[in-house]
Amino acid sequence: MKSSVIVFPGSNCDRDIAVALQKMQFKNKMIWHKETSLPKSDLIVIPGGFSYGDYLRSGAIAGKSLIIDEVIKAANSGCLILGICNGFQILTETGMLKGTLLRNKNLKFINRNVNIRVMNNETRFTSKYKLNQVLNLNIAHNEGNYYTDSNHLDQLKKDNLIAFKYSDSSGNTDDKFNPNGAIENIAGIFNDKKNILGMMPHPERMVDELISNSDGINLFSSLLD
Amino acid sequence: MGINNKIIEKHGLKIEEYKVIKKLLKRDPNLLELGVFSAMWNEHCSYKSSRIHLKKLPTKGDQVIQGPGENAGVIDIGDNDAIIFKIESHNHPSFIEPYQGAATGVGGILRDVFTMGARPIALLNSIHFGSPSHPKTKSLLNGVVSGIGGYGNCIGIPTVAGETKFNDTYNDNILVNAMAVGHAEKNKIFYSKAKGINKSVVYVGSKTGRDGIHGASMASAEFDENSDEKKPTVQVGDPFTEKLLLEACLELMKDDSIIAIQDMGAAGLTSSSVEMASKGSLGIELILDKVPCREENMSPYEMMLSESQERMLIILEDGKEEHAKKIFQKWDLDFVIIGKTTDTKKLTLKYKDEIVGEIPIEALASKAPIYDRKWTKKKIPKSINIKKFKKIGLKEALIKILSSPNHSNKSWITNQYDQMVMCDTAQKSGSDAAIIRIHNKDKAIAVAVDSSANYCKSYPITGGKQIVCENWRNLITVGAKPIAITNCLNFGNPENKEVMGEFAECLEGIKEACKFLNFPVVSGNVSFYNGTNKKNIYPTPVIGGVGLIEKLSQPLSHNFKKNNSLLILIGKTFGHLEQSCYLKENFAVEDGKPPKINFINEKNNGEIVLKLIKENFVLSSHDISSGGLLVALSEMSIGSKLGAKINKPKKLVNLTEYFFGEDQSRYILEIHENSLSDVDKILKKNNIYYENIGITQDNYFEIEGEMKIDINDLFKINNQWYNNY
Repeated sequence: MKSSVIVFPGSNCDRDIAVALQKMQFKNKMIWHKETSLPKSDLIVIPGGFSYGDYLRSGAIAGKSLIIDEVIKAANSGCLILGICNGFQILTETGMLKGTLLRNKNLKFINRNVNIRVMNNETRFTSKYKLNQVLNLNIAHNEGNYYTDSNHLDQLKKDNLIAFKYSDSSGNTDDKFNPNGAIENIAGIFNDKKNILGMMPHPERMVDELISNSDGINLFSSLLD
Repeated sequence: MGINNKIIEKHGLKIEEYKVIKKLLKRDPNLLELGVFSAMWNEHCSYKSSRIHLKKLPTKGDQVIQGPGENAGVIDIGDNDAIIFKIESHNHPSFIEPYQGAATGVGGILRDVFTMGARPIALLNSIHFGSPSHPKTKSLLNGVVSGIGGYGNCIGIPTVAGETKFNDTYNDNILVNAMAVGHAEKNKIFYSKAKGINKSVVYVGSKTGRDGIHGASMASAEFDENSDEKKPTVQVGDPFTEKLLLEACLELMKDDSIIAIQDMGAAGLTSSSVEMASKGSLGIELILDKVPCREENMSPYEMMLSESQERMLIILEDGKEEHAKKIFQKWDLDFVIIGKTTDTKKLTLKYKDEIVGEIPIEALASKAPIYDRKWTKKKIPKSINIKKFKKIGLKEALIKILSSPNHSNKSWITNQYDQMVMCDTAQKSGSDAAIIRIHNKDKAIAVAVDSSANYCKSYPITGGKQIVCENWRNLITVGAKPIAITNCLNFGNPENKEVMGEFAECLEGIKEACKFLNFPVVSGNVSFYNGTNKKNIYPTPVIGGVGLIEKLSQPLSHNFKKNNSLLILIGKTFGHLEQSCYLKENFAVEDGKPPKINFINEKNNGEIVLKLIKENFVLSSHDISSGGLLVALSEMSIGSKLGAKINKPKKLVNLTEYFFGEDQSRYILEIHENSLSDVDKILKKNNIYYENIGITQDNYFEIEGEMKIDINDLFKINNQWYNNY
């Protein structure tokens, strides 16, 4: 399985995702944002960080960068795309995923471990998880408050495009367990074809028991299938 | 423009100092030259009041690669790994503009570390605010915390440990100290000493603006009622550019293009160029027309004194200019050759084809004034009669302490910092020390910061010893061998004899402790003039320590691990309540002496605790500091939501003194019920005093026959203050 990680100026989880991908036996390449072509990839990852300093609006400038046209082309031809944190913000800025990520409801940066519930395990990203399994992942963001219009929200529900919801440790998705104000506790979504996943929590931070836990591993092993 | 007394004073120079300048130059300086002198001769850059005392600190050791005098200290942690670290203050700017002040404090200390070739791997901080009821405190706290987070989160370095304290003494002068820790390969460390003449001097990074002009001079004066007007002297941080600068510098450092490199911190272009030339006994010539400027019509004076952030000065090997330029262009950063090294031993400033300033380097550096300021010895404080205080129940007193601003859980703060980015944080803040794994290796470092301003105020020598010992203990409790420290010395006005006495005696204490524990000082920073209108802050030296864990198998926290473990208390309890948190929180009293330090006990207890941890006898461990035994035990309980059943001491003692006394050199260890005989053997063989004090249990935190509290309630008591503030 070949993967490419796009590196923008200000990306700062690029090394972390590369370490996780290599650990999971992906053949990974780092792709600088000024490149105009992509190596053949089965998976493209847009990592977390503060691309272009989050100036203007998080993800806005990266969404207009040279390499993004290539990412869109690859996505249209069915390549798997994973956007984590700032990567999710960039995917919404390019329109590859609908909706947007607003400032956290408490107007503060939030870094802590949260529980998320797997809402759909019949996808290329989540097949190794059980349906409704609860994962403990780390979040670290200023703008993770997902919002979308009611039509799109209906579609997300009808077509089973919600990947993860914030919950408690037993999977209860009450608003109490919503760290950032995201609509209906949404932590990650797919596009219509389910080849693009955008998520705020960081699976790459959860692949090493000594540092955290191993709840992120099955996302990568699902992709390997 | 002629130089008059008013202009001299505005530059923070004394008339006598101006006379020395004239003597050194053998003429009157022009305004630009006066500005350069003021930047180099102020307290912040010249250490003129502190230097003779700093010299006494032990700075050498088997594992020390570089002690004070470079951008940061360097220690050897085996194989080809080096750790580079330093702590620095940004107190004055943070009081005037808390977000930017704190943010640029973080940015500045990061540059000190990556200038030397290290990839930063951890950030720490020590922040001190005035009383929570003071009208400014809430917004200062908010601003400083978001500033620290804003910078560290964006650049992607985890902020892993720190301390936050409140005391009236900081009402009008908060303290913001930031520490950065980096990792480098031992054979790839870069220094600031220039070598060779006619080498290109290159400016890289952000453009120069008018921000921060005279920032270092501001940091070398007391505040007064007009301090708010100093806002324009506070620099503005851009962590995004710093991230680019970091990556570009590390990329250039992969080969041997760099002769010397120095970040433009306090006093910007002036101090960076003078320091490099001074260390290499060379001259340096700068063509100021070439300095990349953010604003139009900037004068040579403004360029030389600007403290715009995210800039570096590099001296390159011949023929490496194009190679280096390509790297910086890739990262969209300015790269301009602005001058060259010379053999004149002078700083020569050219602008529009004219020499606009020329000063011998040694006049700015080695000939800068050094003062042996008068100082007075602190009298031994009077003991206080503890019996005069009304008796209060243990439970009531404990609740008062655990719910106080200084002892409440700080996750409101730490949740605003990215603690996990880089994926090597094995232990986050909240424990005695954070643990950072060395990337791709089995080993890890432990890091912690400590201060005890009230101890230092009441008796500086003991206070100085205590903070070093407490830091040493914090590293031990997570299983790390303490290696070296950095210190940030926050004091009041050095022209005041008592303040200077506090400084001299705190340093004496630090020196003695560092010597005894073989725990050298490898870097540091002095911040004087912390005070407003003649009111000086408590002496607040802050110690940042680094220890090594050779093989990290499981990070050791202070949280209880299971029920029915045995709890043992290492070290003797005498019940020292003077200067204690118990008296402060329950009676608003900060009197008496600090607890004594016995170096022999400190060393023996620490070394044996480390041995027990290394031999895997210890499930959790915690040092006993502010708040005493009961507070330490409850912290172990709160973190784990496991309770404990503590025995009443067998000998008849005053329970308040026993449970809240702040006697030093003590640790609590949780050990498996089956390992007591082994542990007992080791402790007895080494003559270590210890007591069995109880066991862990589910649900309740209790002292036999005295108090009992549901651990969920204990957790709530400790977790409400910040959310309600």
